[in-house]
This record gives sequence, structure tokens and C-alpha cells, in this order.
Amino acid sequence: MPKNAFTIRGLTKVYGEGRSAVHALRGVDLEIPAGEIVVLLGPSGSGKSTLLNIIGGLDRGSEGTVHFGDQNLTEMSDAALTRYRRDHIGFVFQFYNLMPSLTAHENVELVTEIARAPMDADDALALVGLKERIDHFPAQMSGGEQQRVAIARAVAKQPDVLFCDEPTGALDSKTGRAVLNVLKDVNEKLGATVLIVTHAASQAAMADRVIHFADGNVREVIVNNTKRAPEEIEW
Amino acid sequence: MVSPLDRKLLRDLWRMKGQAFAIGMVVAVGVMMLVMMSGLVTSLNETRNAYYERYRLANIFAPVARAPDRLLARLAAIDGVGAVEGRVQGGALIDLPDTSLPVQAQAVSLPDLHEPRLNAVYLTAGRLIDSNRTDEILLLKSFAEAHGLTPGDMLSATMNGARRTFRIVGLAQSPEFLYTTAPGELVPDDARFGVIWMSNAALAAAYDMAGAFNEALLSLSRGANEAAVLAAVDRILAPYGGLGAYPLADQNSNRFISEEISGLEAAAVGVPPVFLAVAAFLLYIVISRMVQSEREEIGLMKAFGYTNAEVGAHYFKLVLAIALGGALAGCLFGIAAGRALIQVYTAYFKFPFLVFQLEPSSFITGATVSVLAASAGGLFVLRQVFALTPANAMRAATPPDFSRTGRIGQSINHLLDQPSRMVLRRLTRQPGRMAGATIGIACGMGLSVAMMTIYAGFDRTIDLTFSVIDRSDVAVTFTNPVSDKTIYELRRLPGVSYVEPVRLVATVLRNGLDSYRGAINGLSNDARLNRAIDSGLGTIQMPKDGIILASALADILHVSPGDTLTVEVREGRQPVLQLPVAGIAESLLGSPAYMELDALNSALREPNRVSGAYLSIDTAKAETIYRALQDMPSVAGVSLKSDARKALAKMMDQGAGAIRYVMGAIAFVITFGIIYNSARIAYADRARDLASLRVIGFTTGEAGFVLLGELAVITLIAVPIGSVLGHYLSFSIADGFSTDLYQIPVVFSPDSYGLAALFVLAASITSGWLVKRDIDRADLVSALKTRE
Repeated sequence: MPKNAFTIRGLTKVYGEGRSAVHALRGVDLEIPAGEIVVLLGPSGSGKSTLLNIIGGLDRGSEGTVHFGDQNLTEMSDAALTRYRRDHIGFVFQFYNLMPSLTAHENVELVTEIARAPMDADDALALVGLKERIDHFPAQMSGGEQQRVAIARAVAKQPDVLFCDEPTGALDSKTGRAVLNVLKDVNEKLGATVLIVTHAASQAAMADRVIHFADGNVREVIVNNTKRAPEEIEW
Repeated sequence: MVSPLDRKLLRDLWRMKGQAFAIGMVVAVGVMMLVMMSGLVTSLNETRNAYYERYRLANIFAPVARAPDRLLARLAAIDGVGAVEGRVQGGALIDLPDTSLPVQAQAVSLPDLHEPRLNAVYLTAGRLIDSNRTDEILLLKSFAEAHGLTPGDMLSATMNGARRTFRIVGLAQSPEFLYTTAPGELVPDDARFGVIWMSNAALAAAYDMAGAFNEALLSLSRGANEAAVLAAVDRILAPYGGLGAYPLADQNSNRFISEEISGLEAAAVGVPPVFLAVAAFLLYIVISRMVQSEREEIGLMKAFGYTNAEVGAHYFKLVLAIALGGALAGCLFGIAAGRALIQVYTAYFKFPFLVFQLEPSSFITGATVSVLAASAGGLFVLRQVFALTPANAMRAATPPDFSRTGRIGQSINHLLDQPSRMVLRRLTRQPGRMAGATIGIACGMGLSVAMMTIYAGFDRTIDLTFSVIDRSDVAVTFTNPVSDKTIYELRRLPGVSYVEPVRLVATVLRNGLDSYRGAINGLSNDARLNRAIDSGLGTIQMPKDGIILASALADILHVSPGDTLTVEVREGRQPVLQLPVAGIAESLLGSPAYMELDALNSALREPNRVSGAYLSIDTAKAETIYRALQDMPSVAGVSLKSDARKALAKMMDQGAGAIRYVMGAIAFVITFGIIYNSARIAYADRARDLASLRVIGFTTGEAGFVLLGELAVITLIAVPIGSVLGHYLSFSIADGFSTDLYQIPVVFSPDSYGLAALFVLAASITSGWLVKRDIDRADLVSALKTRE
């Protein structure tokens, strides 16, 4: 992996046209170094999720370029973006997005079956501390457990980057901390770049780098030299 | 002022317009069939009745050898008789320049001094005949058109052995001759049987009937006892060679039309319920999906203080709107289709005018039944609405629980990848819904299979009749039973390779209260050209005594081998015979009865007589043979099997046969309606799952498999079930289409099954493709943001 996981230049995103146009991103220039935990903070509508979606290959920008290492995402076809997500990216969402018809173990296998160099599904579940409940269906698990399965699913492919959009948004603080701990472990043990989008400013304490978003642009990038463990964070 | 809920209703309808349309169409087709068919049947019946009444068609026909005119007064005096008319009628052979074959015709007299009291004619061109001119005739319009004859043309015909030339002064139609079939033939054909009307004096002279008649027509007064009148007429005419009076119901043309109309009626009853049941099922799954996805709104409405009834009514109105929309469209389509089809049928039945009558009750039935069917589907949905409490509804739904059924099929789990497991588990989680969709598709497929089996059956009827049962090239009918020496004469004709005698005897067959007017075919023991065959297509050897009945006839008379049948012969000495039923023959055309020729002749005490012959000829010498036949005075008619085959094929393709095409299209609509809606719902249910799969890195094809795999399984299960359903359905449909004039066999034709399966697969693939497009276009980001 090169030094920078992502290099973003002049990225804009406009929804709609003419007078009803909404500028979600207004010319973002940003580098995200590989192997770091990066937290994106900002109020609703500041553009942080839009940025995450574009660099995650779920959406396209209106103008500007995004490079993942030396690959130019901006020029990729839909099929190539799918390939990119499949090979390099893991996602964790606020509402877990598990397949209700598959057990925890099978949800993870869903990914290991198609990934290039996956880890064992059991190991991925062990990583998130869910060894005992691997044969349960989502309907039989709590929110925190479901989110841990979602993380196991995201990390099982050994992604280069893990994107987490409000991963603790639907969880109580105790469960949330456990989830953040898992993210920290993934970063440390697998060396994956972890990008967390959140409202909760206090979570910035566990990041290597904190990016503040406002009005569709980066307001400030802070490099955090005094990282704290998730257990020490309150929100 | 439209209430906010009603505005929501309109917007919901607009949002789900594709599905609403698909369901509405299924309702519409059901109602359309109902309105169209019942309108068609009513119109045809009304038109027929009006035609019969306006042209005073007789209620009773009484053929007799020769009865003096004074008997007419005695007939008129019978209790219950309205009007009486005596007339002369006889067979004739028409020579036409456009064909070397003589064409059979019936000559019928019209009264000289007054308007016909019964069986009036409808003049379509030219003028009526001048009773003082013995050479003027009216010709049946359909026959004239088939041969390009118009008023002013001359026509030469042989009557009672004498050849004469006539002037056609007009063309006419008559309710008596809507369908014309030459004697000894079974298939109506405009071109091969003509009707000539001429003055009574002229015709009486030709047939030696001056001061006499050979057919009495009678009408009945209101409340008359038909059976009593028939018996009285027979008593009066018996000494004069009465051949047995028969009612209108047994009259050939009328019988044919009645059978056709009742065939339509049968189709009108069977099809619509299938559609409405399918529509109810579709409404249930679509609206129930909608309630599920709108649980938060429902909770909100209830939290605001809307009652269960108000919220329920809101969703119920949606069901009603779709059902009523469909029913309304169905009524309009039904009227339009009915109007278009009635034109076809008017031409087919040769009605000179049309009483187009809609059946208003069918609108009401159609609308009521659709609403009831839809409500049945809707009621289940209301249960879900009522069960939601506001607090519950506004909390996010827990993921659907697969823990109970998710273990099903565990033994094969290790063989399946995760996407296949998802498909399998979804199928097993809602077995009711899956079974509903499967059965619905199977019904559509079954209908297709059955209809196509019927197509094959029509072909089979034609093939069996003309390639297996009747293998002759030419059939010759004699004017009256002649000595079997005539057969030797025919054998001597150059180009004739084989001749087989036949004797047709007009009879009434009776078994208790069941009776049938028809002919007995006397066949020689070694018949090769025209045979009675058993169900295995083997030749039935004619027994020395006893009678063989076609299975259709055995059904009508309720007899089986070993029973004794009363046979009233309607010619010659008119003996009444008691004959044992010796066997049952397979026959698809007509309902013939067979006897051994010599046995028949000796029962009639008329040895060595034949009334016709089947010929095998060298087609290169056909023209010479026809000319020779035409010159034989004993020959009444010659018919070519190829003509008869063409006429039958044409007849089966029109009329009741045309309904086949409608049914085929309908089966497609059902299949498509179900599959499309199932696909839509499956997609709506799983949009988020599919988006998740795409995010994880599944291609659209791989994600599509998870969705469409389920449809594929449903379709593949439905195909064999549909085949079995179709197999059984084809028996009842064949039964509905079969009449005593022709029977439709159920033929196993692999083509039908293959084609129906292709229909289903095509509908399935089209639906899948439409939904797959949505997967391709899905906005991943917004699908993921929504909370289920």
C-alpha cells in the first residue's frame, strides 16, 4: 500500500440541477494516509457521508478526482467499482445490513466466498468476540451483536480500507465502546485503514487523524498524537 | 375537499401504478370474459329467436311420403297447433360450370297464392318468384356467393330424374337453412349444398305431388304440449307414409347453432373465476407488502387518533380502487370485444340482422365478484393493520426471523453457497405465499396446456376422421336404396380402384326416455374404406346381429354393450326393431351407429340394397369418373373427401374454435401477472439486502441471482404442476367443446406442454428482466440509509 490510501483533488458533488441544486461537496482536497484510524466529524448535511460514499465506490463525484493508491476511481466503470469494493473495501453501517436469512457465520461466509484472500469466517467472528453465537440468525441477536457480525463480515475479506458510517449510531454507549474496540483491533492487527463517520465528537479521541467537515468542505484536519483507547471515551 | 388520507391514496396508487395496472388487468380480463361471453351468448340467442320469430320458423317438421292437401285441415285442428303449411321438397342435383362434380341441393316449394304461413324467406337480392312462371327460382344466398351466382343467372338442375334450366330471380336466406349439410354428410359447407325455392305448382309437377305435400310444417300455440302434438301428427300422417314428425330442437341447422352457442356459454362460466381468484391473491400479497413497509405511517396515523376502522378503510379503498378500476376496464373491454366478436359470429351463423344485447347483469356480477374477490384478499391485510399498535408500529421492525425455518434443508446446506441458501430460506420461510404463487402460475400454465391440447385435439379429430375412419376418396349417394348391382357398375368405371357399399337408414334410436334421430350405417363385413374403429384404432368386425354405437351416441342414450335398443326406422316399411348393443366405436365426427349391411337389410326385409358407396379412385382420372357418375340417374350426390376435410378444418377454426386463441392469450396474462407481481414484491422486500450485497462487492448479476433465483425455483416447480393440472383441465374443456356433431379428443401432445412451459418461462424471464433493470439502476446509498 502506498503512503496515502486516498488522494482527493477538487472533488465536488452536486445533487439536482439549476435552482434546486444542492452542493454536497464543494471542491474537497484531501489525503488519507494508509493504516490510520481516521474520524470524519461534522454536522448533518456537511458532506461527510457523501465523501465516504464516493471514495467507497458507492457513488460518483460530479467533478474532481479520487485516487485509491494509484488507481483512479473517477474513471472506473460500474463493473470496475464493484471489483474495487469486492477486493479492497469493507463497509459497516448504522443499521448493520445483515442478511436476515443467513446466520452470523453464513453472513460472514457470504463475503469470504467471493473475496480474493479472505480470512477464515470463524477467525473473523472471533476477532469481534462472537465465537459462541455463530449459528444465530440476526433476529436472535441484539443490536450490538448484529453490528459486530457486520464488522466481522467487513473485515473477513482482509480489506485495505474499512468504512464505517455511524457504526455506533444505533447502539448504547457500552455496546458502542465494544464496537469501537473491535475497529481499533482491526486497525492494529490487520493494518487496515479505518474511516469512521460520526456525529459523536468524543470518538475523535481514538483517531490518528480527525477531519472536521462543514458546508461540503474540509474545515480542519487535526493529527492526534494522544490517542486514547475506546474504553476511556464517553459520549 | 379531498382528505389527506385520500390524497395519500391517490399518490400511493400512482407510485405503484405498474403493479396496480398488472392486477387491474387480471381483474379486467376476468370481467371482460364474463361481459363479452354473456353478452355474446345473449345476443346470439336473442338474434336467433328474433330471426326465427320474424320469419315464422316452424316448431314441428313432419316429412311424409305423399299426403293429400286436405289433411292440412286435420293437422290444423290438433289441439295446440297454431299455423300449418304443407309444402313439397325434394333432392336435386345442380350442375355448375365451376365444378365438374354435381352439387346436391334441396328444392323447397313456396305457396303460390299467399305469403308463407311458416318458414318465410328473407330476400337479400333480386325479387320474389312470380308464381305463374315455373322456371323462376330463389337461391340460397351463401350457396350463390360460394359459386359466384347472382340474380339473372341461369342454373341447370336435375330433379326427380329430369334435367331443367331455371332463372335465378333472387337470393334468399332462411332461418331454416343457417347451416346446410348435404344428406349423408356431417360437416356443414356453404359450397356443397344448395337450397332452391320455387313455386309450389312447379315443384309439385316435378315431383308428382299435385294436390299433395310431402312435408308439413306446424307452429305451436302458447302452452301447447309438443309431445302430444308430435304424436297426433304421426297418427294422422301414418297411413300416408309419415316418416316421423320431429321438433325444431332436432332440426339440423338449429341443432348445430344451439350446440355452438352452448359451447360459448360453457366457456363463459369456467374462465372468469380463475382470473378473479388470481387477482385476489395478487392484491393480498401486494397490499400486505405495502402495509408492512408503511408500518411507521400506520403507527403515526393511529398515534394521531385515527381509528383502526379509518386506517383500515384507507387501505381497503386502495384494494377497491384497483378492483373497481379493473372491473370498469373489463366491462369496457368486454363491450368492445363483444361487439367485435358478435360481428364475426353474425357472419358465421349467417344471421341477416343482429340484435346486439348487452347483459347488464354481467356488469353487476363482474363488478360484485371482483370486489368480493379483492375484498377477500384485502381482509387478510386489514388484520395486519389492526394488529399494529402505534408504539409497536413506530419502532423499527426487527429483522424477519429465519430461526425457525432456516434450519430446513440443513443436510444439503454444505452443497450450497450463501446466495443459494438465501434463496432456499426465503422459499421455506413463507411457504403459503410461495405455494400461492406456484399454484397461480401452475393454473396459468394449466390453462395454456389445456387450450393447446384442445388445438391438437381439433387436428386429431380431422386426422382420425379422414385418415383412419374414412379412407375413401369419393362418397356417392343414391337417390333411394338401389340394388347392390350398382356397386358392380361403379367398379367397372375406369379409374375406380375399389368400391365399398354402404346403406344409410334414417332412424330414431330410443332407450327409455333418451332418444336420438340419426342414421344407421350399414357397412359390409370386410369394410376397408369406411370402418368402425375401436379406441385402439383397430377395425371393429361388424357382428351378424346387433348394433355398434359411437361412444358419444352411447353416452346420449345411456346404453352399454349388452343393452337392447329400440330402433324406429323412418323409411320404407318403417319397422320398429329391438337390437342388442354389440359394441362401442370411437368416432369424433357425428354420432354414428353401425350395423352389418346384410343384417341391416334383412332386418328391413329389403335384401341386397345399398344407398351409397365409398370409392377409391385414381385421381388422374377424377374428371372422367365425375362425369360418368353425373350421368348415372341413380346418383343423388357425389362428395369429395378433400372438400369435406377442408370444410371441417374451416369450421373448427372459426366459431367455438376461435375461442382457443383468446384462451391462449389469457393464460399468458395470468402467468405474467403473477410472476411480475411476485418479482416486484420480492424486490421491494429485499431492496436493502440487495443493495448490501452490491456494497459488499456482489455484481448486479450475483445480486440478481439472489432475487430471481427464488422466482426461478417457483417457476420451475410450477411447470410440472401446471402440466398435471393442464392434463386434467383438458378433459373438462374438451368435454365442454364437444357436441354430438363433433367430439374433441384429449390427445397427449408433447408440443402443447413444451409450448406452455415456454410461455411460462418467457413471462418469467420478462418479469425477471424488468426487475433486474431496477437492480441495475438501484441507488445503493439511499437503499442503505432506509431503515426497515
